[in-house]
Amino acid sequence: MAKKRQSQKPPADGFTRRGFLGTVGAGAAAVAAGVSKRAEAVPEITDPEEMVPVALKINGQLHRFLVEPRWTLLFILRERLGITGTKAGCERGECGSCTVLIDDKPRYACLTLALEAEGSEITTVEGLLEGEQLGPVQQAFVEHDALQCGYCTPGQVVAAEGLLRANPSPTEREIRVGMSGNLCRCGAYQHIVNAVVAVADNEESGGAS
Amino acid sequence: MTERHDYHVDGTPPETPENDAAAGAWAETTVVGTRQPKIDGYERVSGAAVYPHDVSLPDMLHGAILRCPHAHARMLSIDTSAAEGMPGVHAVITGKTPGADMPWYERGGQFYGKLFDDTCRHEGEEVAAVAADTFLQAVDAIRAIDVEYEELPFVVDDDKALEPGAPVVQDGGNTAGEPQVRARGDVEAGFADADVVVERTYRTECQIHAPMEPHGSVARWDGNKLTAWDSTQGVFSVQETLSKVFSLPMSNVRVIGHYMGGGFGAKLETGKYTVIAAIMARMTARPVKIFLPREDCMAVTGNRPGNTMKIKIGAKKDGTLTAIEYDSLGTCGAYRYGAGTGTLSAYLYQVANLHSVDTTVYTNAGKARPMRAPGVPQAAWSLEQAMDDLAKKLEMDPLELRLMNLATDMQTEQPMPFTSNQLRACLEEGAAAFGWAEAVKREPDEGHIKRGVGFAAGMWFYPGGPPSTVIVKLYSDGSANLNMGASDIGCGTKTWAAMIVAEELGVPLDRIQVEHADTATTQYATSSGGSKTVPSDSPAVLAAARSVKHQLVHFAAEQLEVPVEDLGYADFAVTSRLDPEKTLPVTEIGMLGRRGVIMGTGYRDPNPEGTFTVPVGAQFCEVEVNTRTGEIKILRFLGAHDSGRVLNRLTFDNQVFGGIAMGIGLGVTEERVLDRQTGKMVNANFHDYKVPTMLDVADTHECLPIDIPDNDFNSTGTKGLGEPATIPTAAAMGNAVANALGIRITDAPLTPRTIRRFLDAAGKEA
Repeated sequence: MAKKRQSQKPPADGFTRRGFLGTVGAGAAAVAAGVSKRAEAVPEITDPEEMVPVALKINGQLHRFLVEPRWTLLFILRERLGITGTKAGCERGECGSCTVLIDDKPRYACLTLALEAEGSEITTVEGLLEGEQLGPVQQAFVEHDALQCGYCTPGQVVAAEGLLRANPSPTEREIRVGMSGNLCRCGAYQHIVNAVVAVADNEESGGAS
Repeated sequence: MTERHDYHVDGTPPETPENDAAAGAWAETTVVGTRQPKIDGYERVSGAAVYPHDVSLPDMLHGAILRCPHAHARMLSIDTSAAEGMPGVHAVITGKTPGADMPWYERGGQFYGKLFDDTCRHEGEEVAAVAADTFLQAVDAIRAIDVEYEELPFVVDDDKALEPGAPVVQDGGNTAGEPQVRARGDVEAGFADADVVVERTYRTECQIHAPMEPHGSVARWDGNKLTAWDSTQGVFSVQETLSKVFSLPMSNVRVIGHYMGGGFGAKLETGKYTVIAAIMARMTARPVKIFLPREDCMAVTGNRPGNTMKIKIGAKKDGTLTAIEYDSLGTCGAYRYGAGTGTLSAYLYQVANLHSVDTTVYTNAGKARPMRAPGVPQAAWSLEQAMDDLAKKLEMDPLELRLMNLATDMQTEQPMPFTSNQLRACLEEGAAAFGWAEAVKREPDEGHIKRGVGFAAGMWFYPGGPPSTVIVKLYSDGSANLNMGASDIGCGTKTWAAMIVAEELGVPLDRIQVEHADTATTQYATSSGGSKTVPSDSPAVLAAARSVKHQLVHFAAEQLEVPVEDLGYADFAVTSRLDPEKTLPVTEIGMLGRRGVIMGTGYRDPNPEGTFTVPVGAQFCEVEVNTRTGEIKILRFLGAHDSGRVLNRLTFDNQVFGGIAMGIGLGVTEERVLDRQTGKMVNANFHDYKVPTMLDVADTHECLPIDIPDNDFNSTGTKGLGEPATIPTAAAMGNAVANALGIRITDAPLTPRTIRRFLDAAGKEA
């Protein structure tokens, strides 16, 4: 039988940091390459000495970090800032557990490099609290039991918040389309729709918030 | 390490201590049965809940596991020297590392695998692991490990595994254990007796559990004490395995799993990742966290096997079943597990003559694990579509056919009466609520959009039972603490448990704290699987609350100088039945104040002997099929379920809808694809493996509980729900699609391609 070697040593003429940054337009692919087996070319291991300063405005507060250019916003939130409401589900932009708002728009934090998020307003599920009080979307999720294990829930809540900021009175169809990027394996979808419909109605009538 | 029954204890029957106070059935309830949001909803929606994947300890290292890229290979050499010198790397282990040379996979007391095996029997088998300062550094390092493999021939199709000359997956051949046979009566005579016979072969595809929280663990040593924060369905099961593999007393192993992001059966057994994290934590004297990348979760952490099921049913002209012959083939992957589906055909309907064979084969694929009602949704896919076929041939209403053949008892070798089986009510009330009678009369559609309705029934066979121990503590201010070991895997365990305490003691829900799923601080419970957490643990919660009440009444009797028999407990006070003036609010019971806490312990009473308990259900749906594209749109779903008493109606609905969503996955969207050229899984991600989204489930869902307590089974009258809720779903859709198209589509999932393939074969125009 054929003998095969399994080794993915970095190529000698690997990426320079400048070259790597030049590819962040294809940020998704570059980040995925860090963790997946699909990589065709593997960037040279980034020299820890070559870390880059970045200032991120997260939940209204400015935080300064030194980052490896390959670090994602998700990594910064969970591993550097230590706020873990934003969940890691697939880290390849497919499940929505890591959804955050970037300038009011739902975005996957796993597909957003920390460097890309500089200059934007980043809101995580923790940022939807008013002090210790739940925000209206969060409250509706509790009341309508719009969760089971709860792992996808922060992403669902943030996706709903983003949807409602863009469209305060979505139809049920618009809710389903708008939130179809967030998987819930427990299948709490019907209750999630119920919760978002309830908040949407409330906002229309000037109720809950 | 161990091959264990995940749902029940074999051998010695569980010992059940006597409870302080008898826990009889409730007459009426004020909290139990209402709609209550989760008591830990705040934590879960605010981001405050710390899941194992969120655990971050000072000085913690991150681990990554190198996996074999081939379906079948022998490792010839492994060179870790480059990885060892890389930045941030603290440990590199392989099967040759002292302490990591550990047996794994046990059957009948014999180990037949290793933690790191030189022979890799499926893509993704563990080869080496690294612990580094950051996860990315660990990933960089495993990529720098140089492995030389000799590739071996492989087999990934279950129907090819038994062919002569097929590559051998495990020594001793590719049959995983003797085929399981269920037989009663005389099937040949039964078919000779039949006026009508239907026969077809059905196929389902392999489904992946895919819980949203990846599999993983954080391990920390303090001397010879090990603590693991594990994403598991059973902390005590993980504790037992860790204590075995590290030769530690159970008291030195603490496993914590307060929150966990879903399991569906994939997190019942201890993962290799937990042990690998612990080995590297001990080597480095630092905590180590390993959470698997999603691709690895998809490929190696378990699946529901695909099954090929040949079914033959005979019936008299009046619809009475005379015989069922059933032959099922499935693969457990490369390591031992049962891929059988035979239970439903054997027990759902009354039939005197049965012959059923379940064959499980080894293939070079990831190991199957119990997945939400293991075997039974596949079985329903074959049996319940065959029943519809039979009804059509008999020119009977399929509902009537089922109603006249309902099982009257559990048809085991020694038949046993059911403690309850409300399948008739599920079918009749479900049909009424769905509007079945009108829906089936609908004229066939002219155009290319065809509407159809269908339903299917289901039954589940693990009733639950002892052991379970629960402690309820009442504090001097009248608030309570509930202490139980069960994991809350998303089924609202903490909430229904608190509701029972609220019901029994009158403590408001917002004054009850629940502590659970920690081997060091909470009481023993079996793993949360088999839909048995409610029926196993709720009677223990009730007994613990009754014990507190019992003590309170006794203390009040002394204080009021009234005989215990004359006292009643209501409205959070103990009052004389003869003289209502003699009353004592609970918080004014002197002994409560003096002790500071009154503690009650509750145990799960044994199950009744000589009976069998089955949760049952029926689901109805309406679909639209586009005959041009083969696409399905699911318009509505209704689930009518008998799970005994409903504890929390809101959670009950959620479970039923969630079961339907997962059943839609099995029936319509999900399919593991293994490449025949390489044996590799080509869709090990959420983009190509289609877990249903909000757009894929039905437009509307309705839940109809048949809320009749099964008081002959346990003190709370409860049966399980989580698994029953996904059993009939795919079959109901299969029947609805057949109703819409007029042809039977035997292969799940009902993807556009499959539907078009069957339409083409039937010569139906687009």
